[in-house]
Amino acid sequence: MPEPFVRTTSRAIAIPRANIDTDQICPARFLKITDKAGLADALFFDWRFTPDGQKRQPPSFIDEPHNVGRQILLVGDNFGAGSSREHAPWALRAWGIRAIVSTGFADIFRGNSLKNALLPIVVTPERHAALTALLAANPDGEWTVDLEAQKVTLPGVDTFDFEIDPFARTMILAGTDEVGYVLSRLPAIEAWEAAHPARVDTRS
Amino acid sequence: MADGPRTIIEKIWEDHVVASEPGAPAILAVDLHLVHEVTSPQAFTGLHARGLKVRKPGQTVATADHSIPTLDPSIPIADELAAKQLRQIEENCREFGIPFHGQGSPDRGIVHVIGPELGLTQPGMTIVCGDSHTATHGAFGALAFGIGTSEIEMVLATQTLLQRKPKTFQVRIDGHLRPGVGAKDIILALIARIGIGGGTGHVIEYTGSAIRALSMEERMTVCNMSIEAGARAGLIAPDETTFAYLRGRRFAPRGAAWDEAVARWQKLPSDDGATYDRTIVIDGDTLEPMVTYGTNPGMGLPISGRIPSPADLEPAAREDLEHALAYMGLEPGSTIAGRKLDVVFIGSCTNGRIEDMRAAASVLRGRHVAEGLRVLVVPGSQQVKKQAESEELDEVFRSAGAEWRESGCSMCIAMNGDQLEPGQYGISTSNRNFVGRQGRGGRTFLASPLTAAASAVTGVVTDPRTLPGVASKPGAAVRSASVEAS
Repeated sequence: MPEPFVRTTSRAIAIPRANIDTDQICPARFLKITDKAGLADALFFDWRFTPDGQKRQPPSFIDEPHNVGRQILLVGDNFGAGSSREHAPWALRAWGIRAIVSTGFADIFRGNSLKNALLPIVVTPERHAALTALLAANPDGEWTVDLEAQKVTLPGVDTFDFEIDPFARTMILAGTDEVGYVLSRLPAIEAWEAAHPARVDTRS
Repeated sequence: MADGPRTIIEKIWEDHVVASEPGAPAILAVDLHLVHEVTSPQAFTGLHARGLKVRKPGQTVATADHSIPTLDPSIPIADELAAKQLRQIEENCREFGIPFHGQGSPDRGIVHVIGPELGLTQPGMTIVCGDSHTATHGAFGALAFGIGTSEIEMVLATQTLLQRKPKTFQVRIDGHLRPGVGAKDIILALIARIGIGGGTGHVIEYTGSAIRALSMEERMTVCNMSIEAGARAGLIAPDETTFAYLRGRRFAPRGAAWDEAVARWQKLPSDDGATYDRTIVIDGDTLEPMVTYGTNPGMGLPISGRIPSPADLEPAAREDLEHALAYMGLEPGSTIAGRKLDVVFIGSCTNGRIEDMRAAASVLRGRHVAEGLRVLVVPGSQQVKKQAESEELDEVFRSAGAEWRESGCSMCIAMNGDQLEPGQYGISTSNRNFVGRQGRGGRTFLASPLTAAASAVTGVVTDPRTLPGVASKPGAAVRSASVEAS
């Protein structure tokens, strides 16, 4: 069962790149697992490690010593493009990320993230530019991402509101399981099925 | 339900809404769930933890494609993790009663190749799979899209998904394709035009005379890469081409049920006057063979073109292109045509069907691959392999100096040992040129089977129209009947 998530306060990490695809977030060779173990190490692996497995010097984004433990990412547009692998949000969550701020997310990644209580927060290009400048000027300021209030509080007094799917918000705030939600509507599903016979039987 | 004219997307959507509560996403019924070894294990683990069964095993089918080797299947799998994953899907399918086309099955293959060839993929269906290229099945006028593992678990447990209604996007390709230009070039041209996020939030309907003229397999190539334009799904309204492809296939309706199905399918096309949230029009007559130069599928250009200069772009795009060209080792203003290659890969769910094999063979017949070049031809399914061998295409490939393999995703995703080495350049008929996608440090040019095969002959990226006899007909060089129904 998922844990409820309401808000978090953390410093943020900027990864100033657009179109970061899920092959970058979690390369395909890490998809041979049958559980979710070890994915924190797979996160952005090829950015972080040389081909012979050494940590790059200088370290890449999340491996910079002061970034360890930070829970908020500020990234470029169209984050999470490409493959539907849920290993990408699993890896981000395993590393400790709880919220990602961008001007846009790829559809499947956004959905997968919400199912893992990883918040995709969409901002305007103007807001994104301001946040980028803020993070450059004050890299160690604390941000608070409040899902309940749909508000991000920045260091100082500035805040901004964000939109998020209201259903996903409710589920994440309460830690409600979506499968349980749908199974509680089983009579409606069975009624639909009674009126719509299966189109194929793969066992035939 | 909406009154007035509706698009095919709205028709299929409304047909499948089980429940729609205020504020909540719709509960959408799923007609067909395709499962493979890589994205499903954790979903089955979730079912175990809940003590649930697979609710509709008869609407579910599984295969092994992503991590499976394409070498002689009698060779033990060297990669212990892959071997474990392959054992696990077999065990999960056995336990939950899901039909499984694993190693040794004549019906095994890439999940998006076997669905259509078995006749499981049918117009008007909702089809999902834990794979972003599920839009392939949209070629039949189905609403088909990729899902994550949490959603796989949802579908296994409930045969439904929670979904918000997508926006609609019409992509109309007018006119007629010129010789040497095919389905892959259409979709690469579209993505180059709208970008890899251009279709986000939308389902694409491909329309227009150039789309209507495509074979079913070519339509699959177009729909397959909808995700590379950011659209979770892309589809083409069914027509006589669709029905002719489906008739007689193993899971297609028969007898009176066939007639009823066709009557139902004929009501699917978008109504006259239906409106879309967005429409773009591309003139098919102006399209050329396309090739990518960068590290996402939107970084593509006509094969006669020159790589753009970062200096001409907006700051964010400029940085993207600078990173891409640094990785690719390419200079702004230079051409892709003529670039030396190390590897050619012909296969994948984008271009691994029999017509793709025929197109490649039409170029390689009587020719030889360039010296020092590795050419890998990987059929999309065992049925494609068998058909190709019955046409002696395997002999064409082997005589030309190419490798002919068992079916699978292979070098498209480089999980099974088939991969580029660091720094190598490959031309590939697959769908993604992301950094490291085809092997860490590998550098990918995406192109059509004709372009890839022509490049195999010369050893450099080559416009297929420059080889004698290659581009005498539009589309795939050899347009003939698709795999006979089994």
